[in-house]
Amino acid sequence: MAAARPRTIFLVFLAIALQGFGGVLPFARRALVDRRAWLTPDDFNETLSLCQSLPGPNIVNLSIAVGARACGWRGSLAAVAGLVGAPVVIVITLGVLYGQFGGLQLVQRAIIGLAAAAAGLVTATAARMAEPLLKRRALTAAPFILGGFVAVGVFRLPLPYVLLVLAPLSIAIMWKRSA
Amino acid sequence: MSLAWPILRALAVQFSLLSLLAFGGANAVIPEIHRQSVAIHHWMTDKDFAALFAIAQSAPGPNFLISTLVGWKAAGIPGALVATAAMCSPSCLLTFWAVKAWDRHHDHPWRTAIGAGIAPVTVGLVFSSAYVLVRAADSSWRLGLVTAVTAAIVYFTKLNPLWCLAAAALLGLTGVFGTP
Repeated sequence: MAAARPRTIFLVFLAIALQGFGGVLPFARRALVDRRAWLTPDDFNETLSLCQSLPGPNIVNLSIAVGARACGWRGSLAAVAGLVGAPVVIVITLGVLYGQFGGLQLVQRAIIGLAAAAAGLVTATAARMAEPLLKRRALTAAPFILGGFVAVGVFRLPLPYVLLVLAPLSIAIMWKRSA
Repeated sequence: MSLAWPILRALAVQFSLLSLLAFGGANAVIPEIHRQSVAIHHWMTDKDFAALFAIAQSAPGPNFLISTLVGWKAAGIPGALVATAAMCSPSCLLTFWAVKAWDRHHDHPWRTAIGAGIAPVTVGLVFSSAYVLVRAADSSWRLGLVTAVTAAIVYFTKLNPLWCLAAAALLGLTGVFGTP
């Protein structure tokens, strides 16, 4: 990708973050691939799939990768600061406002509606993530989707232990299949 | 306001660990954040958690902002900053290192296997998050209906989800869901 200065990287990711209501990824693709041409479409997909197989929010990982390739750790730092800084200030402000006015009846009424819709949003996200896996390889995917859901969602078992059991098993199966 | 060191330490430990477990982003670790902050540390009630999650969803930016708000609820602004830094730093350092390694050794089969193997587990965790949020938010059939309709719209259409959040908040203002 073309060389870019930390300042430019910071500003590009700041703009991406502020546009990203209800999902930052589409805006990131538009800015990085279409407008800045820092990544080709193939680079974007490949980098994203690398970022998706690592822990942490995809988009934050993507900013680390783009920044690192442009100018090392300073690029990564600039990208993350741009992406994270403003939303954190905004959400803390909203939190403080909620703390001040959250007791008001009107605010509480709005929040219970908002919370119900937010729960629906996550349900749809889960369904959308499940769909391609179930279409392509239901036999190897479904047991782990169900296992993760029952263990963590229904029985509320601690996440680290559940991951320690399910992830290696699932990875081993995919490894055997590819070998 | 004096700093609540034990709480800040608990936030730092909890969210740095979750950072490294958050395959697929913060949505995968919602049940664990909920378990820690409601059941174990009693920083908030179930209802508070649902409200904070809703606020985080309606702000722009990446979806780990729920950790910022949990930190804020537990220990004010210092808590928010500690929780945010803890939720970001470990996974960022790991990614930085992984990208360097990745650019050196392209096309290793282990990477594909890890990615493909973790994917279904992550999906199961996001379903868990949905379940935890539904149980916290839907205290009546009307609210359940809002959840179902939102899920259907977001799943089947390309409408910006923010419209659903705004519509639900406005509907709430009219009082059809009652007042908690």
